[in-house]
Amino acid sequence: MSIQVSPMPIPNPDEVSLKSALTDRDPYLTELLNQCQGLSIQLLLEPESISWIQELRDRAAAWVRQCILPTTKDEEWRFTDMSFLKQLTFRALPQRLELAASAVAPLTLSEAAHSRLVFVDGVYAPTLSSVASLPDELVISNLAGLPLAYRSRVRDYLATAQGAAEVFTALNTSGLIDVAVVWVPKHLIVETPIHLLFISTASGTPTISQPRCLVVAESGSSVTLIEDYLNQANIESPEEGEAEVGEAVYFTNAVTEICLEAGAQVNHTRIERESPAAFHIGKSAITQARNSRYTCNAITLGAKLSRHNLEVFQHGEQTETTLNGLVTINSQQTTDTHSVIALNYPHGTSTQLHKCIIADQAHAVFNGKILVPQSAQLTNAGQLNRNLLLSPRARVDTKPQLEITADNVKCTHGATISQLDKEEVFYLQSRGLDATAAHNLLINAFATEIINKLPVASLRQTLIAAVSHQHL
Amino acid sequence: MIVEKAQVVLSVRELTAEVEGTPILKGVNLEVKAGEIHAIMGPNGSGKSTFSKVLAGHPAYEVTGGEVRFLGQNLLELEPEERARAGLFLAFQYPMEIPGVSNLDFLRVAYNSRRKQQGLEEMDSFDFDELVREKLEVVRMNPAFLSRSVNEGFSGGEKKRNEILQMALLAPKLGILDETDSGLDIDALKIVAQGVNQLASPENAMILITHYQRLLNYIVPDFVHVMADGRIIDSGSKELALELESHGYDWVLEQAATEVGTR
Ligand SMILES: Nc1ncnc2c1ncn2[C@@H]1O[C@H](COP(=O)(O)OP(=O)(O)OP(=O)(O)O)[C@@H](O)[C@H]1O
Ligand SMILES: [Mg+2]
Repeated sequence: MSIQVSPMPIPNPDEVSLKSALTDRDPYLTELLNQCQGLSIQLLLEPESISWIQELRDRAAAWVRQCILPTTKDEEWRFTDMSFLKQLTFRALPQRLELAASAVAPLTLSEAAHSRLVFVDGVYAPTLSSVASLPDELVISNLAGLPLAYRSRVRDYLATAQGAAEVFTALNTSGLIDVAVVWVPKHLIVETPIHLLFISTASGTPTISQPRCLVVAESGSSVTLIEDYLNQANIESPEEGEAEVGEAVYFTNAVTEICLEAGAQVNHTRIERESPAAFHIGKSAITQARNSRYTCNAITLGAKLSRHNLEVFQHGEQTETTLNGLVTINSQQTTDTHSVIALNYPHGTSTQLHKCIIADQAHAVFNGKILVPQSAQLTNAGQLNRNLLLSPRARVDTKPQLEITADNVKCTHGATISQLDKEEVFYLQSRGLDATAAHNLLINAFATEIINKLPVASLRQTLIAAVSHQHL
Repeated sequence: MIVEKAQVVLSVRELTAEVEGTPILKGVNLEVKAGEIHAIMGPNGSGKSTFSKVLAGHPAYEVTGGEVRFLGQNLLELEPEERARAGLFLAFQYPMEIPGVSNLDFLRVAYNSRRKQQGLEEMDSFDFDELVREKLEVVRMNPAFLSRSVNEGFSGGEKKRNEILQMALLAPKLGILDETDSGLDIDALKIVAQGVNQLASPENAMILITHYQRLLNYIVPDFVHVMADGRIIDSGSKELALELESHGYDWVLEQAATEVGTR
């Protein structure tokens, strides 16, 4: 079975109404949808934009009403049981907690002190955001802050990526209230990394929030993005107070679309460090025009259950795609990474290294699909999935999925599952490291290969510390 | 050098050990005092590496009998890292490659764990950098090796030099060198031998496991032992190594057999 990356756009409402008998098939999903739709667009936008967004939402909602939540009977969700989700009722809250700048400070990056957009529960927080150090030509803001011309240009990009009909993506669109927009004009090279920080304030009642990003890198431009998901409790007590963090039950359903035009370069880091009881479903939909270069560093540390759908569609010749992934989980966490790279044109290359560290009874899933149709001659695709199991009850399900019909291509793939090497541990012990220190050094070494690829030094340090802390 | 009334560093009595139920060491006896250099020779598979790894505390080997005292302590009770911190160092015949761990970080962590044991403060990266560069001189190693992963992609000889570098940093009371000379070119052999000689002092001791007299031209042993079938069957002065070189092991094995026979 193949991943359903449906090229199908979301059907328009008229078509949908014809099939009304088939709507509201999944009461749980309908309730989730009603919650999300209950949040209205409270942005100061001209009526034209508002009605366009409303239309987009309605169309997506009508589609969601025809869907059901995936179960383990779906090939794409075979190893990831979403039934946990259904045990909880999530509410979309219209009001968000006001966060003080001082409270958010520990989570900001010194390298991006004035190149940051902050969204709290999916709502733009202008007082916590600052873009002062970014070039004036760069367009970066929420929807309402966009220059008028861009508000209409956004329509050509938002919710247009392939795979928009996937149920969680459509759910996000159906409740769209705002968008973090980064628009890099032609030939602009943005050196300063941009931090897109999505904070959940959930603590008591389970809540859902649906962050949304749109990144357009025009031809010849270059930008570095850090998309970051976490809970406010991480801020208040990043060191101790884990019990408190553990109680925050919420659902983040995020969608990011990134469009690279000819010759553009995007270095995209995505960090999921939600609270341990959270649910996180994230979509990264990337469209690459010719000669563009896209790099993703996806780091997954948090959430009880998380899923990352990383989908890259090459829309021109000679594109370069690099996907680096690190999953590091413990206790009862489940993390599922489903990636798709569709190499549709000649001379494309893709390199993927996905690494998982799995402790306790945690469970990692990796499904790496690479499509090389007849049209994609002279492409070069490499994929490697390496898993480090730290306990006998840790589990990994890994599946490379290469669908190659072109004949003149070079494709390699591999998956390894290993434990800490006893001989390596002994070697370290024989030099005076105790067993814990030896384990730590080896686990960090495994993680560092990916973490070192991150473009921001302070983040590398934070993450290495987080990995050590997690597997102590 | 043999020192009058020197402290006993290592004392092994009737040591037996097995791996997965197969006996390998069948009653090893050895006493090493401060200042001494001992050489252990012997045919392939006779148990030399096993002996060294048992001393270092490798978990794959089970000690089934005998006693080992290191600086007066019961060595067999200690965890491998405790043995290291107490001053036992094994330069491995086949040093491990550890991808992703920088050699410099590894050396620093190892060095600091020894310092902690000695009740000293940890050394910061800056001072350690200086120290390690100084020690690099001992084995004439290129500083570029510091930023690489531990032993990863090192040539055989480079790995051996890295072992001696570690020994130089950790300044052990007992250094056990398991075939450190194998795989070294002539120049490297001299460098390593000089390094070892530089580290040898009246306060510490060395055990060299080797197949070749060549190493012993550079590091002159006070005692030479022959191990065969899990036992030390003959011990002598440095001349024993020369005799082995010209007559081979059969000679000493036969002698041992007749000795047993005439008893
Ligand atoms: N982990 C192990 N599992 C099974 N057999 C082992 C193991 N370690 C050692 N042996 C066996 O024990 C015997 C002694 O091996 P050891 O490596 O100690 O010999 P050695 O004297 O160091 O030989 P060489 O001169 O070739 O290095 C050999 O027969 C070897 O195959
Ligand atoms: Mg050996």
